Order: sequence, then structure tokens, then C-alpha cells
Amino acid sequence: MEPEAMPRPAALIDRQGLQALIDALADEGYRVLGPMRRDDAIVYDDLAGIDELPAGWTERQEAGRYRLERRDDAALFGYAVGPHSWKRFLHPPVETLWTAHRDEHGLTFRAPEPAEERFAFLGVRACELHAIAIQDRVFLDGPYVDAGYAARRREAFIVAVNCGEAGGTCFCVSMQTGPRAEAGFDLALTELLDAERHDFLVEVGSAAGAALLERLPHRPAGEADREAAATVVARTASRMGRRLETDGLKALLQDNPEHPRWDDVAERCLTCGNCTMACPTCFCTTVEDHSDLSGTSAERVRQWDSCFTLDFSYLHAGSVRQTPRGRYRQWMTHKLASWIDQFGTSGCVGCGRCITWCPVGIDITEEAAAIRATAPDWRDD
Amino acid sequence: MSMATTDRPAPGAAPFVPQAYRVDEVTRVLADTVTLTLAPLEGPRPDFRPGQFNMLWAFGVGEVAISISDGEAAGSFVHTVRAVGAVSRALAELEVGARLGLRGPFGRGWPLAEARGSDVVVIAGGLGLAPLRPAIQALLANRQDYGRLVILVGARSPEALLYRDDLAAWAQRPDVEVQVTVDHAGADWPGRVGVVPGLVEPAAFDADDCVALVCGPEVMMRFTVAALRRAGVPAERIQVSMERNMKCAIGWCGHCQFGPDFVCKDGPVMRYDTIADRFAIPEV
Repeated sequence: MEPEAMPRPAALIDRQGLQALIDALADEGYRVLGPMRRDDAIVYDDLAGIDELPAGWTERQEAGRYRLERRDDAALFGYAVGPHSWKRFLHPPVETLWTAHRDEHGLTFRAPEPAEERFAFLGVRACELHAIAIQDRVFLDGPYVDAGYAARRREAFIVAVNCGEAGGTCFCVSMQTGPRAEAGFDLALTELLDAERHDFLVEVGSAAGAALLERLPHRPAGEADREAAATVVARTASRMGRRLETDGLKALLQDNPEHPRWDDVAERCLTCGNCTMACPTCFCTTVEDHSDLSGTSAERVRQWDSCFTLDFSYLHAGSVRQTPRGRYRQWMTHKLASWIDQFGTSGCVGCGRCITWCPVGIDITEEAAAIRATAPDWRDD
Repeated sequence: MSMATTDRPAPGAAPFVPQAYRVDEVTRVLADTVTLTLAPLEGPRPDFRPGQFNMLWAFGVGEVAISISDGEAAGSFVHTVRAVGAVSRALAELEVGARLGLRGPFGRGWPLAEARGSDVVVIAGGLGLAPLRPAIQALLANRQDYGRLVILVGARSPEALLYRDDLAAWAQRPDVEVQVTVDHAGADWPGRVGVVPGLVEPAAFDADDCVALVCGPEVMMRFTVAALRRAGVPAERIQVSMERNMKCAIGWCGHCQFGPDFVCKDGPVMRYDTIADRFAIPEV
């Protein structure tokens, strides 16, 4: 990785170069995944060519609201983030942990062979790079290492895209996670689009990225290209739909577990768990056991879970978090406060998904601001 | 992208995969509770520290965290299991010779070394005596290393008292004070009636120089900690064993969070002063 102070090597590719990038990744054995339009949303799935990218589309995002709209240009990356995040590939929603077999001789357990799959992600936003780095801390930094996650992560090739459009619920500037991709990628693209051109400035973030760039038709980027790319990111940064004051936020939440605002938000919260499913850092899982009818084989499957369910905290005497108030407080306090104790970083990257995909439009930035505005032992400080 | 993956070795290549164990002994200890002696089908039983737990897997039903309840069973793990849910019911119905899965041991145990030279107050409510029994055994095995040893035990009723033989044997010793109480009892119960926290004040120990080990239902622990604090025991000398839903025991599933702590790896035994801010807040 280049030191931050040094300008990274940069090049220009056009749309044919982008197609060549996808082809080269596929040629190297990667399963290429990228954004595409499906079911009136922009989702991440297998990508064969640039024709599948959501050219000329953007979205309007608000609390509890997501609508695709036509752009007046043909931008390939002219939108923010949709309901999917890359965690669905690195930390899959359903994963078999092991199978068990028993007979008269004994009982044996077998973990499935790790999949050989190598992912290439095209279109990873800066907030999502941070989200991946946050999940790395959960699954790689011990005391135990999730071998499956580690393998998928180690093999993944990441093509970041600097955001040219801020979503209505975006606040990466507040979280210092974007909109510019600073680290954690192999290549980073900035879409440069006006009446005269449709190019991509390519920054190299790793040796693997540099090697791949060599396989593509490209030309050197000039100072004007770099400035144009910087302008794109600066404009996006100035158009954040949301803002979250992070100064003292950890103590604010941890010191106010009995704040009346938790009751207010619980009046609205359906405890559906959408926020946790859409969140790119939420990592909680449950397990389910299956056995065959003869009782000789069984398997254990890990699945995404949500702290909004009653089952999540169930003990023999009942659930620890009986009320929506307790469950919402757990989620938000974990995300913005205790996550810092646990992993040295906030669990929030400011992507806005939890706001957009909340069916009743609960806004984490609004909730934090409301607690800050009225917390008695906070105003006194 | 290629990244600097952690280079420290994973403790156990596949921490999710159980080892096969065999039920060697089943003892019914209460109407709804059995003690299982479990031997590994292959290899030695891993070492453990008093207060740690294992994840026990009943074939095709599921897995549950159960504390290790005997420190003197060579080559085996001993677990006392109350049938309260689908998995614990399946475990409690296992017969000698049955096979099951076991992962562990996990978690932070009782810090017995830190108690050397001090009085030790062991306080158990109900099944909370199970994870404390290996601690008591270890204290007795090195009795000269500690000051006074006080064991305070409570149960709902005389019929719900765990390890009555052990309690009687410990009470026989001149160097141990054992006090037992039950919440409710018939006229034939010669002992004390009342809740465990009430045993703290009359017990003979040096509040300024003792370590208290507490395990039981959360409400019992709250009142017990309050009684210890009233008696003058410093918060950092009180150890409580917490319980939360657990699916993985290795810090990934998120279920056992208790504020910033994961009970599976930061606990289950936790120093009271580190959790005092949230110990009495409901639904944390």
C-alpha cells in the first residue's frame, strides 16, 4: 500500500477499459460482482459486462423511502448504496458450519471444505470499504479467527468507486468514512463524465491492482484529470443528506440508558430487524440444527440474526430484552458506542441504509441528536 | 484485496466444530436436573479452570452453554443440567453410552489466584452452585493458601438444594463455614428459611480483605452484591458469573452482549466494578 502522503499512480480508462477490467478479472478466475438494477433497486450480483450496470439511473433516498429515478446522463455509478452490502458475500446470510454423522461406532463431525470461490467486487463505496474493515476486526482479530471469512477476504479483489452522488440518507462525512476511498482497495475508480468525455480515473491501491491495470487499455492521467476527480468527491461530500455529531457520542449513549427518547422511538419501532439486515457491519448470527429422519445425520447452519428479535436474548427465564425499547437501545448503543469498546471503532459507517430501509423511517442521526439535545447530564457538561 | 491477515494461530482450527463425547455416568440430582459425566471419544479431556463452561450439543436438537461443575473428575467433564428448554431437556434425557458433541472450555473463570491470602466468600443461588463447585474444590485443595472460607447457599426449597452430600461434607470441616437457606419449606425442614443475601451480614469474614464469588439468578446476584457492598466489601473484590444467550461462545454471534462485554469471552465471571454501571439496568 502506498503511503497516504504520496499520490497514488493513476491512469485513465474509458468504458471499454471498464469492460476489459471485468473481463480480466473473470479471466483470472474471479467471480465478478457489481451493482445492477433489479426489483426497482440497485443490488449487488454476478456481473458479466458493463451493459448490466445501472447506466443512467440514480435513486432518491429518504427515511423509509427508496425510489429509482432516471438521470439526465449515462453515468454508470451515479447512485449511492442500495439494500445490499458486500457482507452478503464475505459473511454469507446462510452458511453450513459442519455436518455430523452417527452410527454404532461413534459420532463424527466434519466441517465443509472451504469454497474455492474468489470474489471480485466492482463498485465498492468508501463507506463499504470501512464496513469491510470493521467486520475484519470481528472475524479476524480474535481470540478466534473465522477461517471461511478469512479465506474469502484474503482472496477478494476490490475495485472501489468514489461516490459522485450523495444519497439522501448518507452521512459518511460525519463518520469520516467517505466519500473518497482512501485505503483497503486494489483499484479505485472515479467516474469523469461530461459532454466531452466518459472516463474513469483509476488509482492503484495494491500490487495486484497495479498488475491488473497493466492488462487494461489505459492512458496516463494528467493533473487536470486528478483535479476533476477531486472535484467529483468534494461535490459529493458537500451534499450529504444527513449529519451525525460524533463528538462525545459514545459517552452520551452509555450514560443515558434511561433517557425518555428510548420510549419515544420504541413507540415507532416495529422490531422488524430490517436495519440490522441492511447494515453492512451488523454481524450477529444464530444457528439452526437440522437432522434427517433416520437420526443418523445432522447439520448446523449459521444464519444472520437480529438483536431486534425476542429470541436473540432468550434465556430459560425469558428474554433479557423484552421490550422494543430495550432492543432498539441495544442496537443503537452497540452500533455507536459499545462497538468502540469492543473493536476500537464505531460500528457505523454513515451509509444510511438503516434509515432508508426502516419501514417506519426511524433515523439514527435524528435519534442521536434528540438524545443529545435533551440529555440532562449532558447539557450540564 | 490481499491483506495482512492476522498471523497469530487460531486456537483450534475450527472452533465451531464439536468433539465427540460419550456419556459415562448419569446421576439424577434433582427432579428436573441431572449430572452428566462426559468422556472424550478421542484424545485427552482439555484442561479447564473453575468457572469456565462448555457448549454441549444434543444430536440434531441444538447446543447450549453449560458450566463445568466438578473439578475432581479425572479425564472427564462433569456438567449439571437442568431440563428447562429443548436442548437441555434432550441432554437431561441422555443415557449412559449416548454420544454428544462438546466444544470448550470457554470463558474467564474464577480468579482464585487473586484470592490467595484473603478470606473467600462463596455465594450460590440455585443451580449457581454448579460453576462454583470446582472453585470450592480448588480452594479446599489448597486450603492453607486462603483465609476463612465461607460458603453461603440458597435454593427455592429443600428439594431444590444441589449437591447435598458435598454441602454436608464441607460443613463437617472445621475450616469451612457453610450456611444454607431456602426460600420456602415445609414444617419438616430444620434449617433456615429466607433468601441468600440475608446470609451475608451474619457470616464471619473480613470485608476489607476477602474475595466474594457469586453465582445465581440475576436478581439474587443483585441483592447479594448489594448486601456485600453494605458489609463493606469493595466492588473490585466481588466476582459474579453472568449468563446470557449464547450461540457461538467465541465472540462472533453477538447474542451474549452485556453492554460492551461479550459474556462468552469477557466473562462469564466478571469483576463487579467493571459492570456496576449496568448491572442493575433492566434489559442491557
